[in-house]
Amino acid sequence: MWQALYEELGSHGFVPITVALDRNADDPRPFVEKAKPTHPSLLDTEHVVAERFHIVNVPTMIWIDERGVIVRPQDNQFGTDTFTNFHGKASAPYLELVRAWVREGKGALAADDVRKHQQLPTAESLLARAERALAWHLHRAGRSEAAERHFERAGQLAPKDWTIRRGSMPIRGQNPFGPEFFVLAKQGAAEFPMDAVTKTRVAPRAKL
Amino acid sequence: MDFILIEDGRAHALTAEVAGERVRIPASEVREALDYALKPEGLCKGELCFPLRDRAALVADDAVDLGELARVTGRPLALDVAERAAALGTALDDRLAALRGLEAPDFTLPDFSGRVHTLSSHRGKKVLLIAYASW
Repeated sequence: MWQALYEELGSHGFVPITVALDRNADDPRPFVEKAKPTHPSLLDTEHVVAERFHIVNVPTMIWIDERGVIVRPQDNQFGTDTFTNFHGKASAPYLELVRAWVREGKGALAADDVRKHQQLPTAESLLARAERALAWHLHRAGRSEAAERHFERAGQLAPKDWTIRRGSMPIRGQNPFGPEFFVLAKQGAAEFPMDAVTKTRVAPRAKL
Repeated sequence: MDFILIEDGRAHALTAEVAGERVRIPASEVREALDYALKPEGLCKGELCFPLRDRAALVADDAVDLGELARVTGRPLALDVAERAAALGTALDDRLAALRGLEAPDFTLPDFSGRVHTLSSHRGKKVLLIAYASW
């Protein structure tokens, strides 16, 4: 859908940039090959974008204007309705919102409003990211037991950061769509203050 | 012996002396890898200097204590002395200031063909940044 949106709005000075927070190119490759993007479709194995923009779950949408300023902070929105039965949000209204931004300049938030609705890190969440980075290095160095200790520690420090807790599941041999994920889902995902601004909810989040 | 220090998505191989939970790295390698220099003003990165109340705790025999460097700079440190590896994260003050400043942090990442892209090269356009994953 982002490729279609790019083809529709690209000539109006719009570019989607997708960033896969995956452990390697192979995991997201099926999605990328199906989409055949001509917009930047990037891979962030070290989670540098996750850290710099404080991304705690996927998908997260951020609007950046022509000056390089964030005009809509972290927003948990979807480009398709594949999982609407689970999360309860519709994609069509969000795509309309993006269209209105690009075509009419509508929907960009004033600075105060952006700040009011940002997710922000804590000292613990930043330490969690360092523990995760260490765990990831140790895993690739073949030190699985040591890696597991640091993944566990990272998860304890930032229990609502799913880029850590769910993102590490494939690395640790767990199924991010399986029982380990149900445990996580029951504990609840991070709150997105932008949920109060971007009205795309059509159903409550499913109870697992 | 090699000690791996991860910072900002990159791994640096450093010389380190490990004793218990203390890790000491030659000041020259700290300067080379992390861009921190010891000056009369304190521990400095570019124009910014952290004054040192206890200089001896940070540096002795031209070697820098990694834990003390993290403490002085306010940066989180994930350490595994047994594995001779650590990750040095971003200071909360720095990350908060950057995010609340609202300027989108720049980044350079590869696409699936290995070609690199930089966010700031798209200045002048409306950018929709989409973070996603196969999980």
